[in-house]
Amino acid sequence: MSKFLYTQEKEQEFQRLIIKYPNSDSMMLPALWLVQEQIGWVSPESMIFVADKLGKQPIEVHSFASFYTMFNLKPIGTHHIELCKTLSCMLMGSRDLKQHIKDTIGITPGQTSDDGLFHLTEVECMGACGGAPALAINGKYHEKITCSGLDKLVKECKSCK
Amino acid sequence: MQVKIVSKNFNIPDSHLLDVALKNGRYSTVEKLFSMNPDDVTQEVVNSGLRGKGGGGAPCGPKWKMMPKDDPRPSYLIVNGDESEPGTFKDRQIFEYDPHLLIEGIICSSYAMNIHEAYIYIRGEYKFWSDRVDAAIEEAYKAGIIGEKIMGHDFSLNITVHRGGGAYICGEKSALIESLEGKRGHPRLKPHQKECEWFFGNPATVNNVETIASVPYIVENGFGAYRAHGTKSSPGTMLFAMSGPVKNPGVYELPFGEKMIDFLNVLGGGMLDGKKLKALIPGGSSCPILTAEEVQTAVLDYESMWDIGSTLGTGGMIVIDDSANMVEVAKNLIEFYHHESCGQCTPCREGTSWIDKILKNVLEGSGSESDLNTILDVCGTMNGKTICVFAPAVSDIIVSIVKKFRHEFIAEFNKQK
Repeated sequence: MSKFLYTQEKEQEFQRLIIKYPNSDSMMLPALWLVQEQIGWVSPESMIFVADKLGKQPIEVHSFASFYTMFNLKPIGTHHIELCKTLSCMLMGSRDLKQHIKDTIGITPGQTSDDGLFHLTEVECMGACGGAPALAINGKYHEKITCSGLDKLVKECKSCK
Repeated sequence: MQVKIVSKNFNIPDSHLLDVALKNGRYSTVEKLFSMNPDDVTQEVVNSGLRGKGGGGAPCGPKWKMMPKDDPRPSYLIVNGDESEPGTFKDRQIFEYDPHLLIEGIICSSYAMNIHEAYIYIRGEYKFWSDRVDAAIEEAYKAGIIGEKIMGHDFSLNITVHRGGGAYICGEKSALIESLEGKRGHPRLKPHQKECEWFFGNPATVNNVETIASVPYIVENGFGAYRAHGTKSSPGTMLFAMSGPVKNPGVYELPFGEKMIDFLNVLGGGMLDGKKLKALIPGGSSCPILTAEEVQTAVLDYESMWDIGSTLGTGGMIVIDDSANMVEVAKNLIEFYHHESCGQCTPCREGTSWIDKILKNVLEGSGSESDLNTILDVCGTMNGKTICVFAPAVSDIIVSIVKKFRHEFIAEFNKQK
């Protein structure tokens, strides 16, 4: 297992944040976010790294990370599509979008496309109900999305690699 | 119909930037604030009748008064921006269009409670918005509006944004604190007597974003000005949201006491072409559903909603049209709750899973009328027997759908025969 280390920039951010809290335990979420921003997921090596930094056992970090659904505990595709499935989005057509993604990219929720470009997650309410149906690609929200609008976004993703 | 207290600057271009915010009245309350005694600020908020906007509607001022006086330990203000209730997207508007109003509210609230450290817990999905609030905080630090000796007064205040990780339950205030303490977001057992919250054993208050953003207006204009809007027991305004098949979905600030149907038809623009109203979930998905008939007479304040057996919640309304299958609506919501149950209490962990499985069977064609009794039975086991209000909320919404739309479940069973 190769060792995980923050980049210099992430390390600086970690040091900037840790003094904001009365107890370093509060750094669990920020520390894992820094990991995921750096490598796209939370690897076992990174959990050991975070545990060492915060004086925890690696299993405590795993227990914590596995509770919060936004942390990817496995590597995922380059472009992470998060499709909202909760009520307002369902009423406004999220199921059509899910079918469209299956038809055009060939993936269902939880899957990564063969070329590794796309990963689809069906998520619960994103707080974009007024713009339903909504999805996010790599964290960026896109609202009132139609199938053709989705095609355009997918094309953009492909062109930017 | 609209009264803009919190949303006053929402339509001003670049209102999130400090210089624009300053030109439009932000931080104008600070001078008055520091001329007041902290207890007087709290009293002003008590008198205003300001109620928590996160869903519960508990009075804000009395909550502040629960903070211990002259305690040697540091106190904390934790602003709840974990907005995850389906149908709710109002705090997001404050983050996006007026983050300086939130900061101003934090200054007022912190001064009232003698707090020098505040955290804003923002749901993880709201990266764009947490970045925006972060940028506003940075600007405020540079301008000396927060930090040491804010705006030349003998008061220091630090504000930190804390990004969540995608767990609905962290919107429950004690789960939120657990999460902020670096633990899984499991709600805490509630104390026998009302008291403040505790952050690493230090006194803390948790308030919703919109609640805090309502405070500067009260400080600046006095409680009477706030009470001039709304009703006697639900004073002031609230950011009501509307989503689903309506012409103009969005967030609108209304005084309490307006008619729901007017809100739907006037600001919401009515139903999308060709659709007919079937039902409406009034304040985020945890509030008992209303039929189209009930919507005609419903009034938007806490007491009126309780009177008709529902709640106002977060004010995030989900409109449901006549093309929707209510069994699918119930299934969609129970999937949400099944996914989001923290798993701590058995009735909730297992109950949400059971109802999810039962409704799956119903939709796959193997349901029968006895399933409805099982669902009601499981809901009975969930209600009032858990640590937090998550399970009772699930029970309320599911029972209301089953009871009010029983005929649709029966039709689903008959369809299969």
